[in-house]
Amino acid sequence: MQPAPMPRHELNGQPAAPGIAIGSLVRLTHQVQVLRQAGRPADEAAALEAAIAAALADLAVLSAEAGGDGADILEFQTAMLEDDALREPALAAIGTGTAADVAWAESLEAQAAEYDAAEDGYFRARAADVRDLAERVSRHLLGESETALPAGAIVLADDLTPSRFLETDWQGGGIALLAGSPASHVAMLARARGVPMVTGLRAVDAEGHAHAAVDGGSGTLWLSPDAAVLADLAARTAQAAHHAAAAADGLLRPAITASGRRIAIHINVADPAELDRIDPAICDGIGLTRTELLFPANGGLPDEARQYAVYRRILQWAGGRPVTIRTLDAGGDKPIAGLTVAGESNPFLGLRGVRLSLARPEVFAVQLRALARAAVHGNLKVMVPMVTVPAELEATRTLLLAAIADLHAAGIAAQLPALGMMVEVPAAALAPEKFDAAFYSIGSNDLTQYVTASARDIGAVAGLADVRNPGVLRLIGEVAAHGKRVGREVSLCGDAAGDPALTEALLAAGLESLSMAPNALAAVKAAVGRCP
Amino acid sequence: MTELAAKAEITNPTGLHARPAVKLTKLAKTFPNAAVQIAVAEAGPWIDAKSVVKVMAMKAVRGAFLHLRASGDDAAAALDALLALVHRDFDEGHAAGADAAP
Repeated sequence: MQPAPMPRHELNGQPAAPGIAIGSLVRLTHQVQVLRQAGRPADEAAALEAAIAAALADLAVLSAEAGGDGADILEFQTAMLEDDALREPALAAIGTGTAADVAWAESLEAQAAEYDAAEDGYFRARAADVRDLAERVSRHLLGESETALPAGAIVLADDLTPSRFLETDWQGGGIALLAGSPASHVAMLARARGVPMVTGLRAVDAEGHAHAAVDGGSGTLWLSPDAAVLADLAARTAQAAHHAAAAADGLLRPAITASGRRIAIHINVADPAELDRIDPAICDGIGLTRTELLFPANGGLPDEARQYAVYRRILQWAGGRPVTIRTLDAGGDKPIAGLTVAGESNPFLGLRGVRLSLARPEVFAVQLRALARAAVHGNLKVMVPMVTVPAELEATRTLLLAAIADLHAAGIAAQLPALGMMVEVPAAALAPEKFDAAFYSIGSNDLTQYVTASARDIGAVAGLADVRNPGVLRLIGEVAAHGKRVGREVSLCGDAAGDPALTEALLAAGLESLSMAPNALAAVKAAVGRCP
Repeated sequence: MTELAAKAEITNPTGLHARPAVKLTKLAKTFPNAAVQIAVAEAGPWIDAKSVVKVMAMKAVRGAFLHLRASGDDAAAALDALLALVHRDFDEGHAAGADAAP
């Protein structure tokens, strides 16, 4: 049976996170559109002033939570927003009959553009602060708040930031992005949380559509799906639930290949809250804790006590199983306001990962102290991201030892965790023997993008960024072989680990340890069982 | 009413960027009885030293000379305080270095 042809209502993008979601459609827009009726100039001016006051209140809350450099940036944003000079052009435009939202967005964009044009890189980077302020106020003007995305909605947006994703209750909802890429950070989060997501839809005319459906497995968005589409999706949802139940049966069993090779299966953790829903017995431990995502939306890294509390909680959950915590991996596609360098021409090749941590030792030291204190409570392994030369690993070791000496001198319990490294820079993958790492974990997403010269946030080259590229698999195999020779664990913690279609290739390359999003575990364990 | 004037070289590495601009404007605002204007050239344009938006828009980098002029009852005190802040590199030390890394 063919449903009535409605080609405009079925749109195809890239599959980014599998699953089917049906719900009310919410268009999330950064550009101010005709969502508000303009009132009289006096009312519009009052609306703008009220929105600015509300945004200032938000900043005050954020400042109270943030520390150090995060607080500095928020203080700067507060000072800018309090300054009448910032709003004067918008108020002038309102006086001539422009709506408050339009006047604000246009005048702030003009000011941001002035910073874009600066010769000095530091001033250029302030454009992002102005745009952040513009958006903060616009949200209040338009009556949206950061958490106002309704639960269970299908969110249609140009792109979505990881922090916005983490603030939203996705229960039953889905995501459709015009831009974005399946390799983006937010897509990784969507897969980890089981939120269906489609990227790269390019242009969608959603006007007049109140409902939508997303199939993240096929990369399809339906606007106002008709009864035939809904019936088809319901049938496929039921089938998927049946498969999931079957896979869950194998979840508690260890992963063993047909020939008896035991493969260690670890989980990747972005948010400690998700651990509450997971039985630790289904895995061999935690292979990757992304500390940059543990602390979203508070404008900066938390202090030592809060970090320590989170790390300790994760170790307690694991109950003696190894817990690998990666030190801050900001930069690249994971900017943190006030910490990462804005406006780098190529952030993936810039000051990110351990490079950034070593450039900001005062921030790094706080994390290392928290980790050394947490190490007392379980089997902690500390993993350093983006290591390019041995000196970076050794500098981290020196800082870690100094942090422990300080803690001991102050009478605070601390111990040295195993110190290992991510292998994601080709220079490290080609010469792992040069690094004195207690363990190696291959970051296949970055390794693949660097080896194939295909940025993971550019959808047009997503097909080239393929971990099955023989060059990438050969490097993985050589790192695995090095690990076997020297008796040090080699694991893989990129997206490839969670893709059952890649399991056989990874095991054939010599890997015996994988770390993946929790919801990929059942399918990968089943795939391991099918491997020779 | 007399107007006082002074100038000082900006010597901290990142210039009159966000944190120094906030410090400068906050300090200027502690002198309600002084009108203070700054510029990066003697010929102007002169802008209100109490507006962080305008101070940032000057984009004064390291090595630029900051010209100050003040009038009003507190003009002398305001000028002294602001000059001292510039001479102290806005109390930035070297902490701001990473922000400006190329």
